[in-house]
Amino acid sequence: MPLTVKTFASAGDAAHALSAERGARYLAGGTLVMRAVNEGDLSFSTIVRATDKALARLDVSGSRVTLGAGVTYATILAERELAFLHPVARSIGGPAVRNMGTIGGNLFAPAPFGDFTVALLALDAALSVQSGFGGREIALEEFLASRDRSPGALVLSISFQRPVHSDAFRYRKIARIKPKGASVVTLAAHVPTSGGRVTSARIAYGAMAATAIRAKSVERALEGRPLDPLTIAAAVAAAAEGTSPVDDSLASAWYRREVVGVHLRRLLSGPD
Amino acid sequence: MAKTALQFHHNGREIAVFVDGGANLLSALRDLVGDMTPKFGCGQGGCGACTVLIDGDPHLSCLTLAETVEGRSVETLDSLKDGPKLHPLQTAFMEHFAAQCGYCTPGMLMAAKALLDRNPTPARAEVVEAISGNICRCTGYEPIINAVLAAASGGRARA
Repeated sequence: MPLTVKTFASAGDAAHALSAERGARYLAGGTLVMRAVNEGDLSFSTIVRATDKALARLDVSGSRVTLGAGVTYATILAERELAFLHPVARSIGGPAVRNMGTIGGNLFAPAPFGDFTVALLALDAALSVQSGFGGREIALEEFLASRDRSPGALVLSISFQRPVHSDAFRYRKIARIKPKGASVVTLAAHVPTSGGRVTSARIAYGAMAATAIRAKSVERALEGRPLDPLTIAAAVAAAAEGTSPVDDSLASAWYRREVVGVHLRRLLSGPD
Repeated sequence: MAKTALQFHHNGREIAVFVDGGANLLSALRDLVGDMTPKFGCGQGGCGACTVLIDGDPHLSCLTLAETVEGRSVETLDSLKDGPKLHPLQTAFMEHFAAQCGYCTPGMLMAAKALLDRNPTPARAEVVEAISGNICRCTGYEPIINAVLAAASGGRARA
């Protein structure tokens, strides 16, 4: 059945259209929405898109980075100021997918996809969201918790503090197929240290629940402690707490719970 | 439902077609333009058989909403041929037995062309990365990687 495609020059107008129509889905890079179209998904009848250049804007000059929701992984990889995110972007898709997929779309990717969002969650990102009722800022964690229940809003941009030092941000994606494959488990950590002790630790997992999640027990085990073998052992002991992975063709839920600690240990221990 | 008029450059030639709402670029190319070189594999972004270049960059045509290429340049495998003369990549694929069933070949060639257009002397790892979004179930990839490397060094020898 043909769909109605509504194209807007402004992101605000697209957000209005998205709020006004229950059966509307926003199309960014197409890697999720067109896949649904090709599979005959009947849950939406209208595709809304925006050609607004503001959605592809990057502001990477200051300590707070702001990225338009329509920024692609290829754009991230071309930006030297975002080198700490290059391993994340490179772990997603092949070159074609990286030319198409957007970081805004990644926020909506169902597990085991959505690796970029795992990194953003560890960076404590905030989203600027626009609906028919106006714009607002929302923490990524809060957004993910209600993602599948609150349609009708458009994510405009994503912002986060740049890691103070390069070693503070770490990322690991475990996939069975190299160099490209969906995630068995994805881990991202922001572990800044002050006076040799971890402060404001943020650990995020992908493919360990329906959306990217924080590993709060691990964060508590790290907080205020030096990143030494004793602390890491305590963190690893809490690695699977609060997770709810599923069985899929890549790994069983049991396997994911078993190995997440192994990969957390490697992530926290630093470069192999 | 109304059709949408769409104009774009197909292998350097201006093309105008009417597409259905929600039609993807692959179906527009195959059904409306009559270019059968991009293949339908999975429809999910997993196989790369439908890879085309949009403004020089590889894209999956099955996941590209047709009307998003309005005014842009779309390059398919059909652009590589020059009468009976093969493109150096095609010759290399032939000489290195890089095609068996041939279904992935159009996508492989376009992914490889995108690489060589940007980087005429890639390292082996760069070739592997460039075709990482393209699945081949016959060759085991090694002949394809060797063919791309041979086409790259062949090009350098000519230059």
